[in-house]
Amino acid sequence: MNRSLSFARCFSRQRLLFPACIAICLSACGGADEQRESLLNRGLGDEPGSLDNHKARTIQAGDVQRDIGEGLTGYAADGKLEMAAAERVEVSEDGLQYTFWLRPDGRWSNGDRLTAADFVFSFRRLVNPDTAAFYAQQSFGDVVNATEIISGDKPVDELGVAAPGELQLEITLEYPVPYFLALLTHPSTFPVHRSSIELHGDAHARPGNLVSNGAYKLQAWEVGSYIEVVRNEQYRNNAGTAIDRVRHHVTPEDATELNRYRAGELDVTFSVPSEAFAQMKRERPDELRVSPYLAVYFYGFNLSKAPFKDNPKLRQALSMAVDRETLTENITGRGELPAYSWVPPGIVGYEPRKFLYANLSKEERHAKARELYREAGYGEDNPLITTIHYNTAGSHRRIALAVQSMWKEVLGVEATLINEEGQVLLERIRMQNETEVFRLAWTGDYADAHTFLSIMESDNPSNTLFGFKNAEYDSLMNRAALQTDPARRQVWLEEAERHLLSQHPVIPLYFFVNKSMVSPRVRGWGDNVLNYHYSQHLSLSETD
Amino acid sequence: MLRYAILRIFGAIPTLLLVIALAFLMVHAAPGGPFDAERMLSPEVEANIARAYHLDESLPQQFVRYVRGLLRGDLGPSYVYLDRNVSEVISRALPVSMQLGVLAMLLAIVVGIAAGLTAALSKNSFIDRFVTGIAMTGISVPVFVVAPVMVLVFAVYLNWFPASWTGGGGVSRLILPVVVLALPQIAYIARLTRASMIGVLSSDYVRTARAQGLRTSSIIRYHALKPAMLPLVSYMGPAIAGILTGSVVVEQVFGIPGLGQFFVTGALNRDYTLVLGIVILYAALVIGLNLIVDLLYGILDPRIGGR
Amino acid sequence: MSYLAAIKPILRKSRDNKTIVACGSLLLLIAAVALIGPLISPHDYAGTDFENSFLSPFGGDWHPFGTDDLGRDLFVRTLLGVKVTLFVAIIASTVSLGIGVAYGAIAGYMGGKIDALMMRAVDALYALPFIFFVILLMVVFERNFLLIFVAIGAVNWLEMARIVRGQTLSLKRRQFVDAARLIGVSTPGIILRHITPNLFGVVVVYMTLTIPQAILVESFLSFLGLGVQAPQTSLGSLVNDGVVHMEGAPWLLLLPATALAVIMLCFNFLGDGLRDVVDPKKNA
Repeated sequence: MNRSLSFARCFSRQRLLFPACIAICLSACGGADEQRESLLNRGLGDEPGSLDNHKARTIQAGDVQRDIGEGLTGYAADGKLEMAAAERVEVSEDGLQYTFWLRPDGRWSNGDRLTAADFVFSFRRLVNPDTAAFYAQQSFGDVVNATEIISGDKPVDELGVAAPGELQLEITLEYPVPYFLALLTHPSTFPVHRSSIELHGDAHARPGNLVSNGAYKLQAWEVGSYIEVVRNEQYRNNAGTAIDRVRHHVTPEDATELNRYRAGELDVTFSVPSEAFAQMKRERPDELRVSPYLAVYFYGFNLSKAPFKDNPKLRQALSMAVDRETLTENITGRGELPAYSWVPPGIVGYEPRKFLYANLSKEERHAKARELYREAGYGEDNPLITTIHYNTAGSHRRIALAVQSMWKEVLGVEATLINEEGQVLLERIRMQNETEVFRLAWTGDYADAHTFLSIMESDNPSNTLFGFKNAEYDSLMNRAALQTDPARRQVWLEEAERHLLSQHPVIPLYFFVNKSMVSPRVRGWGDNVLNYHYSQHLSLSETD
Repeated sequence: MLRYAILRIFGAIPTLLLVIALAFLMVHAAPGGPFDAERMLSPEVEANIARAYHLDESLPQQFVRYVRGLLRGDLGPSYVYLDRNVSEVISRALPVSMQLGVLAMLLAIVVGIAAGLTAALSKNSFIDRFVTGIAMTGISVPVFVVAPVMVLVFAVYLNWFPASWTGGGGVSRLILPVVVLALPQIAYIARLTRASMIGVLSSDYVRTARAQGLRTSSIIRYHALKPAMLPLVSYMGPAIAGILTGSVVVEQVFGIPGLGQFFVTGALNRDYTLVLGIVILYAALVIGLNLIVDLLYGILDPRIGGR
Repeated sequence: MSYLAAIKPILRKSRDNKTIVACGSLLLLIAAVALIGPLISPHDYAGTDFENSFLSPFGGDWHPFGTDDLGRDLFVRTLLGVKVTLFVAIIASTVSLGIGVAYGAIAGYMGGKIDALMMRAVDALYALPFIFFVILLMVVFERNFLLIFVAIGAVNWLEMARIVRGQTLSLKRRQFVDAARLIGVSTPGIILRHITPNLFGVVVVYMTLTIPQAILVESFLSFLGLGVQAPQTSLGSLVNDGVVHMEGAPWLLLLPATALAVIMLCFNFLGDGLRDVVDPKKNA
């Protein structure tokens, strides 16, 4: 037990010499580090399951992956798309062929040169069915033969990627994808180190084994506690990295995380609990950072059966009866935006459409809602009886209570609240036999309206959450997909959204915001709509 | 005694098997799976994942595979911490939880017995009532109230102790969680000790000893203490169970990567293998501890011994 | 020995015991207030009023306990919480009592292989982790209110069964049981009419002690989000909700927590008192 304990605690040779690792191990390791290097303590949120670029599947994993790895493209501190591991790119006229030239100074953390062959190997592993990569289809499904390879119909080496030169990489798509460069910022497209995988197999993504190409390398991973990364001297832009060591602390509870921040143990938090929001705004207004986030909170309908099937008037009535402003001001209260669209604001080159009733006054909206409610066949003597399913976390319950109360007051709807566990709720929604109204949220994976609009297409796998099958919408989306001119594409996408909103398949309630506490000693924290904060863009000022 | 112990251990094996089978069924009967997420996967990717993690096999097949692994000492891969084995996760979490639990238990026993003895000896005095009162309050306030309050007061406001497991040095980060965890047990043990001691002190043979003129302190040490401890020993089982339950809350509030935390997260995220692994560990522990308690009881109570 | 004959002496002795009288009356008082209180207040436990959220106690408009984050009256909600908590705890304890007594008495009386098998099953169930069992039940049975009792009762009956079995084992050897058997009373008859009444004392004591446990378990379930469904509430849920507002609106935590503590204390003291009455010499 002694040895496993000291191994667990001590992550460098020096520490192993530390005395007092008794059987019950009351000794410390970490925290009081007297070296001159800079250390950033970040709240990570939930434990990331895996750091293998192909097996990882959570936002939290992404935060760490972005520190230790790098893809062909990335984002600057202000959220602008920029080249990363690749120096430049050329796109063919028809939008199908992407040629990347990699940086000649690109290196892995063990000194190996980063070559185009590395990327080819990684992409092949991504789509390989044996890897069972979560994001295979989403990140790379548009590449030639990718879908067939994923389903096992074609061999891996028929993937549309090639390395004609040591630093030259070619990717060929089946059809034009205007946001393809944005897709390549996703960690699932980051390269993986071939010899490490051949040597260590499934255990390659562990401290000591993992070889990566980002600004930091993986130093330690205490499951359930924290992940520590240190400066990667081999990184192409190591001179631009200010902070030497970053600890990503696992912080599944936002209330606990805030306590740790206030006690000085964290420099940056993952979130801020809504209950403490007003207090933090009063006490530490400069440390509280709020900015729009690419995610929408909504109530979905079970469109496969009554009462909501084929009943757009009823759905619209329910949507209009909700006071979104009350929700965002009184309940969530963190600066969220009431949602009158489906696509959140903040995507460059896109103007979300709004509900037609977005500008009505509250009274007018309620009156119209009642009218529609009656036209749908309901009234005081025949109220709608339904259920709202939500999962246990954060403000979901209070929002459900508020919506229930609003529907009752305005329309006389009798809604029962049903609280379920997260996994169960998802299952129920997908099975589409028990839920009627349910709470859900959707986060964008890349800064393009497509990430919100595509899931409403009939053939999209995520459509089972919504059950929205509309031929006109599908055709509008198809038209948009065929456009190579971004301006024309935007027109079609916006038209699709307008049509979507008119059908009311969901009730968008509000758009999320990024909310974090950022200590005054942290510099370079840029608010951006995807909430990506690469540690290499940050620095610590020690004047505090 | 030894034969008894060995027989008991052998008898525990079918129990353990039953536990494993039941737990396996329960774990898989809950709806949802470890790879469910809002992001719906394309059917091909889902099929690949199911195949890679053997979730596409029938339940009996999966069970057999699991048991075979068990016999080899392999608890399987974690479905959430994809880069790790269940054995690894547990072997990292177990020392942490044990450290907390053992320290809390020790603290509870020492303080609880001391308090209970003091109360018993000065029965019905102010001290007695004071101790009893505090003990009662300790049992009446749930740990998920005490824990955050203590963190707020001692870690955030006063800054005497770290607010979390990674927030500071070795000993200081243990103090708050151990104290919080021990509190309800201190209360129970104090009450138990007091009641038990009072009972023993008023028993015939103690009265006889007093009548013979023995000093109170020697009466306590040689005649009263051992039998008074008996009910305490039989309480150890539930006490440990209580500490385990309480640790779920404490681990969450203090961010401690212990078994309780992993279990709850695993249950909620359907990490079948991890949950099963912890269940098995827990079952083995409980069975083992029950055995020790029974043996202790036999040693302490001369009336029973030599079954 | 009939049930009545077993109860009478306990009732008589209880009346003389000050603790029992005091705690018992307090509990009855609390229960009465919980039932009558909502009739007096103009507020409903579910009525949201966003304009008036976070009012401190006596902050006007008939809010003696103030309001919560959704503007709901805390007084009425606390009373509802008391009602629900007591209800759940008592029913759950009764369930565990019913199962535990039946199981333990049968095991203890039958003895031999049946006893060994039954207790082996108890051992196995003891080792199963509580929370998962509960999650599963919650999920399979659709968040029924009823289900919470079953879940709590299902956990506590194990100890009751053990204790009852122990008692039965010693009762079995008593003379009146032999006499009954000689007369020809059937086994179920003996268990029902002769053994169980004599368990009464132990069972009553244990029950008043499991009620606080059941209350804690219900609070733990609320902590995990598996407790009573909104907008209904229990003291455990109220306390849980109140913890996050500790700094901004401490009354949201303090008032329900005090109610909870008082109820628990009453039951604990009551149990102690009853234990003295039933068997003054017994240690624990």
